[in-house]
Amino acid sequence: MNNLIKGEKHDWEMVIGLEIHAQVKSNSKLFSSSSTKFGSLPNSQVSLVDAAMPGMLPVINKYCVEQAVKTGVGLNAKINNYSVFDRKNYFYADLPQGYQISQYKYPIVGEGKVTIDFKDGTSKDIRIVRLHLEQDAGKSLHDQNPSKTYVDLNRSGVALMEIVSEPDIRTPDEAGMYISKIRSILMYLDTCDGNMQEGSLRADVNISVRKPGEEYGTRCEIKNLNSIKFIKQAINYEAKRQIEILESGGSIEQNTMLFNTSTGKTRPMRNKEEAHDYRYFPDPDLLPLEISEEEIGKIKSSIPELPDELKNKFIDNYKLSNYDASVLTADKQTSDYFNQSINSDPELKNHAKIVVNWITSELFSLLNKNNIELKNSPVSPENLGQLIKLISTNEISGKIAKDVLEDMFSSGKTAKQIVDDKGLQQVTDQGEIEEVIDEVIKDNPKMVEQYLGGKDKLLGFFVGQAMKKTKGKANPKILNDILKNKLNKKN
Amino acid sequence: MKIDKNTINKIARLSRIKLDDKESEDYIKDLNLILDWVEQLNEVNTENVEPLSNISSSILPKREDVSKDANSSEEILENAPDKLEGFFAVPKVVE
Repeated sequence: MNNLIKGEKHDWEMVIGLEIHAQVKSNSKLFSSSSTKFGSLPNSQVSLVDAAMPGMLPVINKYCVEQAVKTGVGLNAKINNYSVFDRKNYFYADLPQGYQISQYKYPIVGEGKVTIDFKDGTSKDIRIVRLHLEQDAGKSLHDQNPSKTYVDLNRSGVALMEIVSEPDIRTPDEAGMYISKIRSILMYLDTCDGNMQEGSLRADVNISVRKPGEEYGTRCEIKNLNSIKFIKQAINYEAKRQIEILESGGSIEQNTMLFNTSTGKTRPMRNKEEAHDYRYFPDPDLLPLEISEEEIGKIKSSIPELPDELKNKFIDNYKLSNYDASVLTADKQTSDYFNQSINSDPELKNHAKIVVNWITSELFSLLNKNNIELKNSPVSPENLGQLIKLISTNEISGKIAKDVLEDMFSSGKTAKQIVDDKGLQQVTDQGEIEEVIDEVIKDNPKMVEQYLGGKDKLLGFFVGQAMKKTKGKANPKILNDILKNKLNKKN
Repeated sequence: MKIDKNTINKIARLSRIKLDDKESEDYIKDLNLILDWVEQLNEVNTENVEPLSNISSSILPKREDVSKDANSSEEILENAPDKLEGFFAVPKVVE
């Protein structure tokens, strides 16, 4: 695979690392009992702790700690028995404390890794540096009033897990696959709802460019991207910007950038003079966080099957390709659907590839067209299983099955009902098909002559005619065989 | 470590505190006295001693994940110098 981008003078390689902020799926905030519900009235979920009133003390949410540990296990990472909360100091209107409680030197989770799977069957590991717990800030609205910024503190204090990767990513696509994979793991673990639109999952992207094989270049950080599309766009734009500067003899200034989603461009956020000096120090309001091996063990035993384990199981049990299995397991809804479908009939195990195809192409395209999520599919996994059984036992043809699926989708009937009601059973009876073919041959003497004269393509015409007469129900293989046989006998 | 004029200016700016020359001089003197005093600790040999981050032997108290309906906006905004439609209104922050 060629990951290089062409410059004016030579090729360049991107070096990318991601900091993902995943909101812990909890009822209450990290250090206060305020609700975390999304979309409530402004400032309606703010306790005195979240508003940083004098004398208020933080008390940590046990559940959030457990979710961070759980996520660490899911990222194949080392869980630290001892971690410390630090204050990260800076001034901003939506940060009432004047500092964010975060973890600096001693994070709760250490080094780990996740694997991304490419279409060509290869995979790549992306190393994780750490995962730490921290508070979210409030939300600032800059565009409501010409002279004011509006601040809503509902999000202030909500628990985030910051997941930091090594700069192991080399292309915008890999960045997209990496965040998809993290999202998928979080959703299987149920530690984050993965909703990027609502900001439950967002990323800062660190990117630099270099000549292949040379040292890392100076990097820039693009802040707060909340869709995979924007992540890829921002990386592409920023890499091009950096290459242009370097090729015209300039040098890259380390900077924090903002991505404008309407123009697709990045621009520097703060100038160097204001370069941040966060003056981290251990938060004197909080004791160090200690987790025993026993507690870790308990959390480990509660962890459900994760996408990679499930992927390997699908490959072993159903002889699926690595890529098919990774598509199925990327989303828990999809793997659950596949599981239920394939287990609805013992026969289906031998037709796993057909089941995958019907879910990921036929059913998905119907769902997309109608803007319905898989979990609300009008076709149940069992009913899809039944349809596939009808195909695999040659009761209906694949072509007719597509119509049947559409009918199932709109009417909610089962495949059998529709096939019976409409009499769609495939005709596999040799005699019946022979009869039809004889008729077709008799009705088209000129065509037969031309075919025998060497116009092989006319075979399709005869097939079409015969199919028409059987209303598409003739088994195509039997039909083809008999037709060829009969035509050739005429010779 | 010695605190000089540059350091004091930097700390003041980071803390958003405005100091005049006289105040700067006073703080330089005060902070240096504090640092000198703490510096005495260097006389103790701490090789192979783990840094102590807390003198209490108690463990971090934790709470269950129960949310309390706050419906807080009125109370929270009570002391705000400026507010609008449930938001704090602050001088424009331009990024």
